[in-house]
Amino acid sequence: MFRYILRRLLQMVLAFFGTTLIVYALTFAGQGDPIQALAGERPVTPAQRAYLTEKYNLDQTGVGGFFYRYFDYVKDLLQGNLGESLTGRSIGDILQQAWPVTVRLALIALAVAIIFGVTAGVLAGIRRASIFDNSTLVLTLLVLGIPTIVLAPLAQYFLGVKWQLFPPTAGSDPTFYALLLPGIVLGSLSLATALRLTRASVAENLRADYVRTARSKGLVKRRIVIVHVLRNSLIPVVTFLGVELGNLMSGAIITEGVFNIPGVGFNLFRGIRTEDGPLVVGIVSVLVVVYLVSNLVVDVLYAVLDPRIRYE
Amino acid sequence: MRVRRLAAWTALPLAVTLGLAACGSGGDGGSGGSDSSVVSIQIAEPKHLVPTNTTETSGSQVIAGLFSPLVDYDAQNKPYEVAAQSITSSDNKVWTIKIKDGFTFHNGEKVTSQNYINAWNYGAYAPNGQDTNPFFEKISGYADLQGKTPKAKEMSGLKKVDDLTFTATLSEPYIDFKTTLGYNAFFPMPDAAFSAPGVLKDSYEQAPIGQGPFKMKGTWQHDSKIDVERYDAFPGEKPKVKNIEFRIYQQLTAAYADVLADNLDVLPTIPTESLSTAPSDLGDRYKTSPMSSFQFLAFPTFDKDYSKPDVRKAISMAIDRDEITKSVFKGSQTSARSFVSPVLPGYREDTAGEAAQFNPTEAKKLYQAAGGPSKIVISYNGDGGHKDWVDATVNQLKTNLGVDAVGSVEPKFADLLTKVEKKTPVGAFRMGWVMDYPTMEDYLGPLYSTNGSSNYYGYSNPEFDKLVKEGSAAKTQDEAIAKYQQAEDILAKDMPVIPLRFGENVFGHSSKVKNVEMDLFQRVNLVKIEAAS
Repeated sequence: MFRYILRRLLQMVLAFFGTTLIVYALTFAGQGDPIQALAGERPVTPAQRAYLTEKYNLDQTGVGGFFYRYFDYVKDLLQGNLGESLTGRSIGDILQQAWPVTVRLALIALAVAIIFGVTAGVLAGIRRASIFDNSTLVLTLLVLGIPTIVLAPLAQYFLGVKWQLFPPTAGSDPTFYALLLPGIVLGSLSLATALRLTRASVAENLRADYVRTARSKGLVKRRIVIVHVLRNSLIPVVTFLGVELGNLMSGAIITEGVFNIPGVGFNLFRGIRTEDGPLVVGIVSVLVVVYLVSNLVVDVLYAVLDPRIRYE
Repeated sequence: MRVRRLAAWTALPLAVTLGLAACGSGGDGGSGGSDSSVVSIQIAEPKHLVPTNTTETSGSQVIAGLFSPLVDYDAQNKPYEVAAQSITSSDNKVWTIKIKDGFTFHNGEKVTSQNYINAWNYGAYAPNGQDTNPFFEKISGYADLQGKTPKAKEMSGLKKVDDLTFTATLSEPYIDFKTTLGYNAFFPMPDAAFSAPGVLKDSYEQAPIGQGPFKMKGTWQHDSKIDVERYDAFPGEKPKVKNIEFRIYQQLTAAYADVLADNLDVLPTIPTESLSTAPSDLGDRYKTSPMSSFQFLAFPTFDKDYSKPDVRKAISMAIDRDEITKSVFKGSQTSARSFVSPVLPGYREDTAGEAAQFNPTEAKKLYQAAGGPSKIVISYNGDGGHKDWVDATVNQLKTNLGVDAVGSVEPKFADLLTKVEKKTPVGAFRMGWVMDYPTMEDYLGPLYSTNGSSNYYGYSNPEFDKLVKEGSAAKTQDEAIAKYQQAEDILAKDMPVIPLRFGENVFGHSSKVKNVEMDLFQRVNLVKIEAAS
């Protein structure tokens, strides 16, 4: 196990450099004239041009200049310095502010997915082909079919504006209540997947030999389902939810935008829209690490849950 | 076995506990805006809040509350003194600026003429990288502050006379100098803003200290809000509301939903998606007011296809502006038939004459006689929501001129400019302009002069340049306007660009506020706004 983790960690270092290099190249190589891009539609004065050239080391051109800037960036990054956004704010500060709210939102979404998804999945799995099973199938297909970009504004309009059950946006320093609607919207997609996964898994395990044995031993049905079936059925679901948590941590660009939640996705979106290259690269670099770590944790958790799996 | 069972069951209860924990931390008060004594106004995250570094709308909305300008503009958009007692000049070259007594900064410092001089020098000093740097170029000595290692740190044209008076000497006479002083680049900054002469404190931007009707309450809370409260020692016109929250939104659609739910008080720009439903959603809380933006179509001079004025005129006549403003913009913009914005003193209707009147038969005749190209290309940037109107324009050209016409998209405006500079054939391309201060010169100079900062299309007419120059050096406003109008008449003959549309503020507010007004710079009037009782 230890050797496995060590090997994965070494792979992570490679993956980290590879992805940051690609992201860095994509963000900055696409800009024809980075200085004009910084200024937007306004004309650039020679004074500003000189100032920005110096500030962002743009005097070195070509491939050499690119690697010069990239290594400069990585050097700062390794020292824990994420650099400054184009508006002069420390990206570390931005993330520090954005992360707590994104994590809260992610946890709400995950809780929604678990509480409703797993429960409904188990019920649907036990009562296969019942009305409940069929109606959840239709509902989950519907949710999976509607993209968040449609679902989020619809939920906001009906639940927030029209019937005023929830505040339409969360805004700064949101309460749990204000985050609930975005959390449900964000969690609905994972909910649908978790439900389908649990249902399939439970249905399959109910047909397993050990269930038949347990039943012939005379165990009550509730005990069979809760103790034996559920535990075995949850393995794929937990894996899925673990990966999903990594996804959710990286912020939900659409949901955070629609509900005005100043989290990670919100900042990433702003970075992209205002062509704030350093901000985009900074956030994405951190997200790469989040993804790598959450994937590793899921893989390790897998072995813990299922004793048949061994890593060498 | 027991241990394993525990591990397998961790996921569910853990998640439930976390959910509950999140529950515990919330629950204190509703979301923002429920306190009726606070008026909330939508902004985007400002880029900067230092007066000399603020050029975009959100930042200037905030500092318009924190500072009081030397001059403001009346209903005719002529300047009148606010923080200034008088701004006079006998030759339009040496300007004497007297500031009103009694203004204090929010930290109690008395406002002196030196505060203005310090702030302006800071803005003009190139190594500070301030966005409003070019606004100081008319002051003599400006050139010495430019470059990587400037010769001087202070402009020689600025001289303190006494605590309330200073003079600004310009490098050449400029009649509109007083008008330009309403711009936020010319706000003063207190001594407390500087850690050493000419060095701004890093912390200043997080809580700017001004001399305006509102002062900061706490610091700039990035990505969420900026709170300000009424400054009671402000000697000018007092605001009607005590607290204002500038709430930061990433997307206008989110802010729009909040206005509908009375959760946000003022939305200065209705999102395009909601333009068609907004009048019925908001009723009489849906408002429009004039604004200075000007959209036009430019033609690169290096492109022989479009070098004849008659070709450009024919294209212009083949465009039905009214139809596009109605169907694409739902009346949120108006058709443009002049080269400067209608909000300016000196604006005349229909200066482009027949060339801007929709007349498909004449257009076709003229186009064929002038030998226009068989394919017209209109380039635009894809990130600004221009596709709809470009497509509509292209279709009109196809029908009315009987030629092939296509829209060509570039990812960003900068990409488009790079192509124009490299003389890659882009065809006609879209451009927009928003004024910095209400003078005709602010349109004619940068857009159509040979050395204009935004004249990317290379239009050059020595006679035009001469008239604009004479206008800005004129003795009186009337004389200046006469010269500017003569210059505009030349544009009508040469038709270097095709005027398309003028913008309007299209805004909405909640039922909790009244007297919401917006100025020409897309800013909400913070002094006039009132809470509806």
